[in-house]
Amino acid sequence: MPRTPIEPRFKIEYLSILDSEGSLDTALEPDIPPGDLKRLYRAMVLGRRLDERMVRLQRQGRIGTFAPIKGQEAAQIGSVFALRRTDWMVPSFRETAAMLWRGWPIEKLLCLFAGRLEGGQPAPDQHDLPITIPVATQLPHAVGLAYAAQYRGDDVVVMAYCGDGATSEGDFHEALNFAGVWHVPVVFVVQNNQWAISIPLKKQTHSATLAQKALGYGFPGIQVDGNDLLAVYAASREAVARARHGEGPTLIECVTYRLGVHTTADDPTRYRSDEEVKAWERKDPLPRARAYLEKKNLLDDGLEEQVDAEIARAVERFETMADADPLTIFDHVFAERPAHLEAQRAELRERLGADPPRRVDEERPLPTPMRGQRKTSRWAN
Amino acid sequence: MGKLNMVKALNLALLQEMERDDGVVIIGEDVGVDGGVFRVTEDLHRQFGGTRVIDSPLAEAAIIGTAVGMALYGLKPICEIQFSGFAFQCFHQIENHAARYRARSQGRFHCQMVLRMPYGGGVRALEHHTESEEQFYAHIPGLKMVIPSGPRTARALLASAIRDPDPVIFFESKALYHAAKEEVPDEIETMPIGRARIDREGRDLTLIAYGAMLRVAREAAEVLREEDGVEVEVIDLLTVSPLDRETISASVQKTGRAVVVHEASRNFGPGAEIAASIMEGAFLSLEAPVRRVTAYDVPFVGFAREWVHIPDAARVVSAARDTLAY
Ligand SMILES: Cc1ncc(C[n+]2csc(CCOP(=O)(O)OP(=O)(O)O)c2C)c(N)n1
Ligand SMILES: [Mg+2]
Repeated sequence: MPRTPIEPRFKIEYLSILDSEGSLDTALEPDIPPGDLKRLYRAMVLGRRLDERMVRLQRQGRIGTFAPIKGQEAAQIGSVFALRRTDWMVPSFRETAAMLWRGWPIEKLLCLFAGRLEGGQPAPDQHDLPITIPVATQLPHAVGLAYAAQYRGDDVVVMAYCGDGATSEGDFHEALNFAGVWHVPVVFVVQNNQWAISIPLKKQTHSATLAQKALGYGFPGIQVDGNDLLAVYAASREAVARARHGEGPTLIECVTYRLGVHTTADDPTRYRSDEEVKAWERKDPLPRARAYLEKKNLLDDGLEEQVDAEIARAVERFETMADADPLTIFDHVFAERPAHLEAQRAELRERLGADPPRRVDEERPLPTPMRGQRKTSRWAN
Repeated sequence: MGKLNMVKALNLALLQEMERDDGVVIIGEDVGVDGGVFRVTEDLHRQFGGTRVIDSPLAEAAIIGTAVGMALYGLKPICEIQFSGFAFQCFHQIENHAARYRARSQGRFHCQMVLRMPYGGGVRALEHHTESEEQFYAHIPGLKMVIPSGPRTARALLASAIRDPDPVIFFESKALYHAAKEEVPDEIETMPIGRARIDREGRDLTLIAYGAMLRVAREAAEVLREEDGVEVEVIDLLTVSPLDRETISASVQKTGRAVVVHEASRNFGPGAEIAASIMEGAFLSLEAPVRRVTAYDVPFVGFAREWVHIPDAARVVSAARDTLAY
């Protein structure tokens, strides 16, 4: 028997619409209403300014370690914008800008990074998971959410985020494989910021792109200029539409760069050069988006000041928020506290020498979005 | 050599063992160019190169899995898991393979490897960066579980772990990394694995602790001496498994009272095994039930609430007083 070539048709596209020199591909330019463009740019500015503020708060010891997003604003805002409120968003730990877009209050995120569990609680009407720190482990959850939405026939898409380093973890590959086999409405957004702490992409994978990993699992992957708001949005809109119409998962690789530290505990001068950082600073997504809005006459005067004032008010709320009763550490371990936890709680209460009021947990069920309204489903056929 | 903190002391052990034995290799996330996120492998990449100090892709299962393969071939890998909270990603490689190859191959193969991981709280860190999980490893047959309490024991025990023919889980307390400096001799020093150390002698009560909790036990012992006139014996366990039952029993036979302190949560934790071994080895000498001072049985509390969760000297003193008054 001869060897017969199978000829799988593999293709990876790279999408760029608005490049770092400001040239625009008008044929590909997505038609975003002016009001939305303003909101998007504002969200990017908010992401950037809050990031800078958080670095200062961390240095002052007012919050703990966190992962700054500087440089990744377009990748986050361009993708999350493609979602509806009723869709699900599954973050890793570096999606602050996208989380703000999804309605997480600034003070809640600050609370989280100040080591207070209250910060991890999504609002009852929010279809967002809290941050996940173990790299890539949230991706199977996204696939499970998408499976459940499909099972229920709901008109829901799930968008899950991870980094370039995450693509090395088993959970990443298992999640992609399940997503492909189950053909579920999930979009994987890989923020390829070139580094996983000190490990550059070339030590992470021998693949030419991260987008192509999707092809091994039987669904499309696309690489986009992750610092180009328009390209990220165009690719995300397409992927979300595919998912919504029963066409299965997509992986979007956003080629971007972490301009700052990995976390506030990191010193990047140990592993990367200033020149590299400078070269990427010239591709900064913010000035690029700003110039685009400027040309369209959509820039609001005093935007930065407004955003700073919003942040200042949130920081104030964060700092005046009453610290939760320490006894609340026993509150959400189980639906009902077993005897051994009652005993431990009583011991702690005695140690604290107080008699604080017992907290009543309000665990309301999540409202279900548009149950049964999915237009197309693989299973309906 | 003079006084070193625990990071530098561990680094010294790695350097000297790598100089001694070219089969020793290091593998982990950011252990090379960056020198490890806590700098324990600092400068080793420069000295020994990237094939001996391997900056791996981000995948714990493959770090431990490939290290098992290297060990089967006769190398002596030292794996760094960046934080003990991320070792669940390689738990199957540890339990299914590293711990079992000797038995599975009936002695033909074994895994001489060390799995270093920072553990424990007190460093204002996020979820999965503050927990203590020694109980999982201590429970697995075929594994040794070592937790040093300071620079000198860290250095000596790491050298011993590297030379140990069996897989050793080596927990390093983040709170101790920079806590104190200690005199560490220049020449190579080892210490027997499986042997506890009497840190302080006393006749009235035995405090058993390890890792960062040794400081807490020492502090409590001092308070009890000053305020209660009680002489506390402090045992620094150093190896959680195999447990040095002999040293513990001998001490409790003398004192008749014991309090165990650990940072891991209580249920089914090391304290339970230690208490059981006291029942087996010193039952007739016991004047009071063995007490445990541990973290609570909650998944995690956030660092803002760690102060109520992780045992402190006041909690140990209070448990000791209950025991003494029993
Ligand atoms: C399972 C696991 N292993 C290790 C870590 C420690 N860690 C945190 S972030 C990180 C690098 C992540 O790189 P990447 O996926 O590229 O995301 P980025 O940090 O660049 O956003 C590592 C190793 C972790 N959080 N989880
Ligand atoms: Mg990265």
